[in-house]
Amino acid sequence: MKQLSTKVTSNGHGQDSSYFLGWEEYEKNPYDEIKNPNGMIQMGLAENQLCFDLIESWLVKNPDAASLKRNGQSIFRELALFQDYHGMPEFKKAMAEFMEEIRGNRVTFDPKKIVLAAGSTSANETLMFCLAEPGDAFLLPTPYYPGFDRDLKWRTGAEIVPIHCSSSNGFQITESALQQAYQQAEKLDLKVKGVLVTNPSNPLGTALTRRELNLLVDFITSKNIHLISDEIYSGTMFGFEQFISVMDVLKDKKLENTEVSKRVHVVYSLSKDLGLPGFRVGAIYSNDEMIVSAATKMSSFGLVSSQTQYLLSALLSDKKFTSQYLEENQKRLKSRQRRLVSGLESAGITCLRSNAGLFCWVDMRHLLDTNTFEAELDLWKKIVYNVKLNISPGSSCHCTEPGWFRVCFANMSEDTLDLALKRLKTFVESTDCGRMISRSSHERLKSLRKKTVSNWVFRVSWTDRVPDER
Amino acid sequence: MGLPLMMERSSNNNNNNVVELSRVAVSDTHGEDSPYFAGWKAYDENPYDESHNPSGVIQMGLAENQVSFDLLETYLEKKNPEGSMWGSKGAPGFRENALFQDYHGLKTFRQAMASFMEQIRGGKARFDPDRIVLTAGATAANELLTFILADPNDALLVPTPYYPGFDRDLRWRTGVKIVPIHCDSSNHFQITPEALESAYQTARDANIRVRGVLITNPSNPLGATVQKKVLEDLLDFCVRKNIHLVSDEIYSGSVFHASEFTSVAEIVENIDDVSVKERVHIVYSLSKDLGLPGFRVGTIYSYNDNVVRTARRMSSFTLVSSQTQHMLASMLSDEEFTEKYIRINRERLRRRYETIVEGLKKAGIECLKGNAGLFCWMNLGFLLEKKTKDGELQLWDVILKELKLNISPGSSCHCSEVGWFRVCFANMSENTLEIALKRIHEFMDRRRRF
Repeated sequence: MKQLSTKVTSNGHGQDSSYFLGWEEYEKNPYDEIKNPNGMIQMGLAENQLCFDLIESWLVKNPDAASLKRNGQSIFRELALFQDYHGMPEFKKAMAEFMEEIRGNRVTFDPKKIVLAAGSTSANETLMFCLAEPGDAFLLPTPYYPGFDRDLKWRTGAEIVPIHCSSSNGFQITESALQQAYQQAEKLDLKVKGVLVTNPSNPLGTALTRRELNLLVDFITSKNIHLISDEIYSGTMFGFEQFISVMDVLKDKKLENTEVSKRVHVVYSLSKDLGLPGFRVGAIYSNDEMIVSAATKMSSFGLVSSQTQYLLSALLSDKKFTSQYLEENQKRLKSRQRRLVSGLESAGITCLRSNAGLFCWVDMRHLLDTNTFEAELDLWKKIVYNVKLNISPGSSCHCTEPGWFRVCFANMSEDTLDLALKRLKTFVESTDCGRMISRSSHERLKSLRKKTVSNWVFRVSWTDRVPDER
Repeated sequence: MGLPLMMERSSNNNNNNVVELSRVAVSDTHGEDSPYFAGWKAYDENPYDESHNPSGVIQMGLAENQVSFDLLETYLEKKNPEGSMWGSKGAPGFRENALFQDYHGLKTFRQAMASFMEQIRGGKARFDPDRIVLTAGATAANELLTFILADPNDALLVPTPYYPGFDRDLRWRTGVKIVPIHCDSSNHFQITPEALESAYQTARDANIRVRGVLITNPSNPLGATVQKKVLEDLLDFCVRKNIHLVSDEIYSGSVFHASEFTSVAEIVENIDDVSVKERVHIVYSLSKDLGLPGFRVGTIYSYNDNVVRTARRMSSFTLVSSQTQHMLASMLSDEEFTEKYIRINRERLRRRYETIVEGLKKAGIECLKGNAGLFCWMNLGFLLEKKTKDGELQLWDVILKELKLNISPGSSCHCSEVGWFRVCFANMSENTLEIALKRIHEFMDRRRRF
């Protein structure tokens, strides 16, 4: 019997993970305000639906951009034929400037160092093809976006070795965790080619601190390896702090134009900040000419539709629009996050304090029967099937501590969010834990925190994970 | 090809262990150092323009279809007279479209593609929209299929001459090899059972596992359809060897007379044996028939459920912009329009082909008898000083530098016979084609005088 490649028979696509199974359940019974008010509410999809009105009104005012016209004249032919893998110059310029604007114009991006890709899914994989091969590994801090298992490993044959982060310090990356991960890779006979971080983090919803960024740059300098910073959520930073990009750090450490800067690469996309995942717009930014050259050729396998490049170069070149959009986007995200956080608090649930992203990293450890991933999965099933909320269990993000869940807040209306919170509160109050804490919310939280810190022992139940030192 | 090169980076620090890029990144399997691409460079530096640069290089190396844009433009204008493709009042439908990233693809678009592919084949084969997997162009489709059907160091058999891009698309990141099925002019470059067996044996002798045969039908660069008998033989061969058959039918809508094209889909249509059907996969794209390479619309059609499922998942790396799917869905499902388009497009291409072949004949140059595509396969073997690959490249260089015509030498297509060149005719105006022919005439006249 003729066979297919090992890529087909392996599980490298990652689709058997709970992350994707939750989506399947949602597809079977999706919530609809009118038609299916008891359906499942999708809280596992990191989409940004908060600012479409801004783009829509721009489209109405600028009809040429979406109708393949320039100054009223059809440029259909020009766009239909444009398949240059260098990308549309106007579009790359607009992307570079948009990325600069998001970083407060503190750093510059050279359009010639941008390589376009069909979404950051494609960008990350392409970078991996350029930097790693079977036998190599990239270090990733946990918890991380489940899609990375597919994007970085499936077709490239590269491996991921986790940098274990824990709640004891808000899941920040530490020097010892980095070193441990590096050693672990060596034990597994893997050659470490680099570190990949998502900043701001998915699923944590937090931006990396300057301390962590400095640590990372120092680490890759001393180990002589690469650093990929996936900054896909850079435009969703809504906290009081400014977003610090790895590019900021290179500048501040006076490492621009040095050999180290050639090993630092940024990945970006318009799928989250602008809420346009369907348009497939991603980018790799690298100071290494060889990488830009190789990645550009590889982009043939995932070019951005010229029609889409044209529309977005017009949109992003409108500086009035971009500054208004970024400001409004931040405001709305902040307000939504607050709504989710306070709603969770009234159900006695806390989150990791977040300042970015389209989701919160929610602490439901106190709702677990036991401090195990089996219990986490049990809880997740109850939430999916009984409460009818699709949220993402931490284990699907390779979190080393059971009980954490990623809950999205920007892909639904306010009413839907309120309903979801109501369902969750009802569920919590119906469990033992919930009944016990049905006092005032302040008291609830205080006693809750005390209980979790003193009673839970952090023992990891996965056999292939390094046991915690604490 | 694909030798790993160790790149020594000049660095000012003391590290003598420079971190390497991957073998894939530093290899030259992308193929861009071949003369095929050098001609493009010459064109970029001195492009012909009717008014501004009438003595510039005429690009005849680019297989683009520019003869039928007016039909598309008119249709889209009529469909969206107010301009914006999502409607002009508040752009309804925009957000849904912008959010749509489902790797199944827009259902209406898949249905439109299936119906379009059926029309091209005159209804002689049915296409199930659920077997259509969308990718960003046929470039992505071919690579993706290779990832699915073969492992690194396995091989696909490909008849020569073939599209130079295959060296990159099928081999570069996949690590899969191409073993050529040698075809020659003695029988109009058709694939023979002997050539198939010989290629297979060559692979076996080198301890290489053959996973499939990949053909382009109609052929690039030959500009001719593969005969039904040959397709049947091919399928038999694949069954006997228990391997896959991939048919890249990207030029299927560019066959001058519809009756002359047999798709592998027609052959499979009449087969019930699943174990036979399951090894057949078709690649298609809108880049040639519709002339829309910039929009990145390709597709894999497979009779194998496992391949469809895996290809769909892998397509995450190369999805078609939902904006583009939306724009083209209604156009491609408008059967009245597509029937008219297909008919007129064929007609115009046929006329272009006849013009160039006649023109070349008058200059004393013969072409392979073609019946499809955007190019003709021209025989200049008689002009070669040395009947070698170098001789061919020398002639190619003369044509580029003296005649200022960028055409593609057969060696870049791995042709085993020297002296053949691919000449494109659909990517320019009729006037420009006349000018190109005139330059050829003059060149041939000059040669005759000496």
